[in-house]
Amino acid sequence: MNAGTQHDSCRDPVIEFRHASYRLPGGQELLRDVNFTVGRGETLVLLGRSGAGKTTALKLINRLLDPSDGEVRVEGRSTLAWDAIALRRHIGYVIQETGLFPHFTVEQNISLVPRLECWSEERTRARVKELLGLVGLDPEEFLKRYPHELSGGQRQRVGVARALAADPPILLMDEPFGELDPITRDEVQGEFQALQQRLGKTIVIVTHHVDEALLLATRIGLMEAGRLAASYSPKEFRVATDPVAAAYVAHLRMHEKVRGTDEPD
Amino acid sequence: MSLINFFLRHQHEIVQATLEHIWLVGAAMLLAVAIGVPLGVIVTRRPWLSKPILGGANIAETIPSLALFGFLLPVPWLGDRADRLAITALTLYALLPIIRNTAAGIAGVDPAVRDAARGMGMTDRQILFQVELPLSVSTVLAGVRVATVLTIGIATIAAAVGAGGLGEFIFRGLAMVNNQLILAGAIPAALLALGADFILSVFERRLRPAR
Repeated sequence: MNAGTQHDSCRDPVIEFRHASYRLPGGQELLRDVNFTVGRGETLVLLGRSGAGKTTALKLINRLLDPSDGEVRVEGRSTLAWDAIALRRHIGYVIQETGLFPHFTVEQNISLVPRLECWSEERTRARVKELLGLVGLDPEEFLKRYPHELSGGQRQRVGVARALAADPPILLMDEPFGELDPITRDEVQGEFQALQQRLGKTIVIVTHHVDEALLLATRIGLMEAGRLAASYSPKEFRVATDPVAAAYVAHLRMHEKVRGTDEPD
Repeated sequence: MSLINFFLRHQHEIVQATLEHIWLVGAAMLLAVAIGVPLGVIVTRRPWLSKPILGGANIAETIPSLALFGFLLPVPWLGDRADRLAITALTLYALLPIIRNTAAGIAGVDPAVRDAARGMGMTDRQILFQVELPLSVSTVLAGVRVATVLTIGIATIAAAVGAGGLGEFIFRGLAMVNNQLILAGAIPAALLALGADFILSVFERRLRPAR
């Protein structure tokens, strides 16, 4: 019992949903009795159709929304017990369409959280350069550009760099690669996968792309109509028998067939 | 020909009246921006206040200008000085477009951008001053432009309460049935409006965020 304590504390969930529900003021239930945990360094992918409650679940984690029932705990503390601003600065956030500030340069966008946290100018500048390198953009070329002067893939990379700026232990990503064409998407996903292994962040990704889920997840949570229908490891997911997971896998098989029969498995 | 001669002969008076006009409009616009922009922000922050604020500004806008000057005349501190009175009335007229455009500009900020700002842990105040207002500047300026042009026209009526300005010529011309006098007020007023419109539209375009 005692011997396990230290080990257990490392395994303490970083994010934990306990019977969390979310209702709109009008009473419509977007999320119902959701339970899951995400351990340190894990990547949970919430997979589901639009309207399944994935984004709502994500927003409960950084307290853009408060749960109507139950609770969401981050690092052992209910989000309601956190100061919302402190909680959000502790969590990187990458969203659909990246949400880059159109009136800020790439440099200003990435350095936003460090500046809010009053980092010194030198430290901030060094960090921005480091991050641009990390996401594969040449600082000399991109620092002074505005978001509208970037391609979709470049914007996405800047979005990731911005979320990582203050080195938050947790990263939330809402359809992070949603707007990209398939080839750029593969590219950015691949880069992100490498990054993920290097940085060891605890990550929650929301997507409706099953291939993205299988590529990036250590755990896949299948969401259906505001509930967490099931949770699988990527391996289990491929052979899951429940109809929804099976439908996703069938979809995937179909696309693999299109890609060519000589592809192994 | 005679009109040009008339203008040349009275150029000092015309310049004097134009400067008075600019003073009335300029002071009113500064006040209207100082009051209207915060009110526009409040409209987006407290939806329950949006009806009374926009409604109030709307009413001010619909009162005929001559009547509004008249209504304000007996108000104690305001009625003491004609320019004070005129500036107050003009400010009331200028408010509506400024409030409305400020609110529209903020409401028009891409929700993804606002979500990102909140999600990264910006406080409400930081979001307002670093994100929402900078992104609304051109919309707010469009409101200021409309309000300025409007106010330059209405300010001619300020002469009715003795506040001076280019309306002075117009009223005198009307009384004396003298077209030259009327034009001595109307032409500079029109030129002022065109000039203000042009200058503000340049700023508006400059400050519009690129997409």
